[in-house]
Amino acid sequence: MPRVLMKGNEAFGEGAIRAGCRYFFGYPITPQSELPHYLARRLPEVGGVYLQAESEVAAINMVYGAAAAGARVMTSSSSPGISLMQEGISYLAGAELPCVIVNVMRGGPGLGNIAPAQSDYFQAVKGGGHGDYRLLCLAPSSVQEILDLMGLAFDLADKYRNPVMVLGDGILGQMMEPVELPPYSGELELPPKPWATTGTAGRGTRNIINSLYIEPEELEAVNLRLRAKYQRMEEEEKRWETYLLEEAELVLVAFGTMARVARAAVERLREEGIAAGLIRPITLYPFPDAPFHAAFSRARAFLVVEMNLGQMVEDVRLTVEGRCPVHFYGRTGGVVPTVAEVVNFAKEVWQKL
Amino acid sequence: MRVLFERTRGLTSKPFHYCPGCTHGIIHRLVAEVLVELDVLEKTVGVCPVGCAVFAYEYFNCDMIEAAHGRAPAVATGVKRVLPDRVVFTYQGDGDLAAIGTAEIVHAAARGEKITTIFVNNAVYGMTGGQMAPTTLLGQKTTTTPFGRRAEEAGYPLRVAEMLATIEGAAYVARVAVNSPKNVIQAKRVIRRAFEVQLANLGFSLVEVLSTCPTNWGMNPPEALRWLEEKMIPVYPLGEFKVPREEREHA
Repeated sequence: MPRVLMKGNEAFGEGAIRAGCRYFFGYPITPQSELPHYLARRLPEVGGVYLQAESEVAAINMVYGAAAAGARVMTSSSSPGISLMQEGISYLAGAELPCVIVNVMRGGPGLGNIAPAQSDYFQAVKGGGHGDYRLLCLAPSSVQEILDLMGLAFDLADKYRNPVMVLGDGILGQMMEPVELPPYSGELELPPKPWATTGTAGRGTRNIINSLYIEPEELEAVNLRLRAKYQRMEEEEKRWETYLLEEAELVLVAFGTMARVARAAVERLREEGIAAGLIRPITLYPFPDAPFHAAFSRARAFLVVEMNLGQMVEDVRLTVEGRCPVHFYGRTGGVVPTVAEVVNFAKEVWQKL
Repeated sequence: MRVLFERTRGLTSKPFHYCPGCTHGIIHRLVAEVLVELDVLEKTVGVCPVGCAVFAYEYFNCDMIEAAHGRAPAVATGVKRVLPDRVVFTYQGDGDLAAIGTAEIVHAAARGEKITTIFVNNAVYGMTGGQMAPTTLLGQKTTTTPFGRRAEEAGYPLRVAEMLATIEGAAYVARVAVNSPKNVIQAKRVIRRAFEVQLANLGFSLVEVLSTCPTNWGMNPPEALRWLEEKMIPVYPLGEFKVPREEREHA
């Protein structure tokens, strides 16, 4: 299999192309710029459309239109731009339209900065827009995994007729790694979308894409149907990776870029005789509880490490339900915790056990 | 027996929810008749606004999409880029298009998106209770300009057709009214031209339709028709503001 050196932001784009995505609508923002740069060049080669919108608000609504027309479609942005898209994301969830949204997270709140952060976790997994809805949320931690998860993201979007968010950060987007590119023939057999608004010709009946239900009982029924869908996601789509978890007494938990640092910290702690292990959630929603349940028999403490001031740690506490102490270490504002910092904090936790 | 008038199959059988004397119903019918007469109903995708026409997806007898407030031109852009051989239109009011959706309509026009926009201007927000719109006339009383719109506080009415006609990507821009049989007949002719411009791939097309809102204007239907004629048309003159380039050259 050919190995090539690829930037994370480019891998989001190439992964999308290989998943059959032919439409991209977006608005420039750092640090995800190489993604639209890549697709502006690559999409015309495969007969697709790249369109630079007048705003993130317009971009997400173009995604809404293209998804309604039955296409595999995506957008990408970074934190402030994703905030602007939240209205559209709520409508996409309400109208049950599949699409993929990439967030290459940067520091916040407000304009923040363009350095890597993980402070949009709440926004990504707890709603973000208005209404009772969920996004499937995937968190790659390497350039190879970006490529692989983009394919999964489009498949899951179509399977559940739901927007999928792929959560990266400024480091993942900017770094280059060798990746294996599987053979790619071009055309894919994509699932049919008989619900799409493509004109009634050949169908006879009208298709309507809508999220308006004026009668409370009718909307409640829709909400309940959506909840059943989210429950199905929770049953079928949880994904995670563990490292040295079997014998772990101190379990580190981290996602994305932070999981790479945490993994190195686990190795250092092991060298110093501390039985550390790692849980890396790959789906942030649905949050993977199984590896925690597997760890309970030996774990004496969990240590959640994030590039924010403590967001995923809340889901860990909900999963652990007080059975074990849960500690947190994070840096934010674009500061990335070093391996040494994580090791030192982990040793403090360990000594107090 | 000779049929003089019948319900177009471009509309569903669902009764309109519009207030008595509101001219949305006429505009719906004209658009639907044009889609049938051009034989494109089966390949049309319409995009509804938020506002009084929010339920338009229940009336137009074609595939329909409900958009977020003001975003219909962006949604229509997404549809048209995926399905360039379909007819795509948006149906938007003055709050939707000329206030919250100003960026979306301007840039859809600037890109020359091959879509058609039916822009219903009744100088007021209808659905939310008669508030001032960008198109509210100076001196016009609304629930949020109870003493009449004053330029000092609330600025001036926005002339959307004239503004969009300055944009290169806009191929056809016109303003019509539906307050008299003569104007209704003319409105239908213009709406047809707008869709023909789309079918000929010439660029963006928009028809601004001056419409009545007796409920929020506080008038009975005949008074509203007269008010449109006497107050609105002087501020919003009827006519074609932009025609396709070849037609201009041959004129």
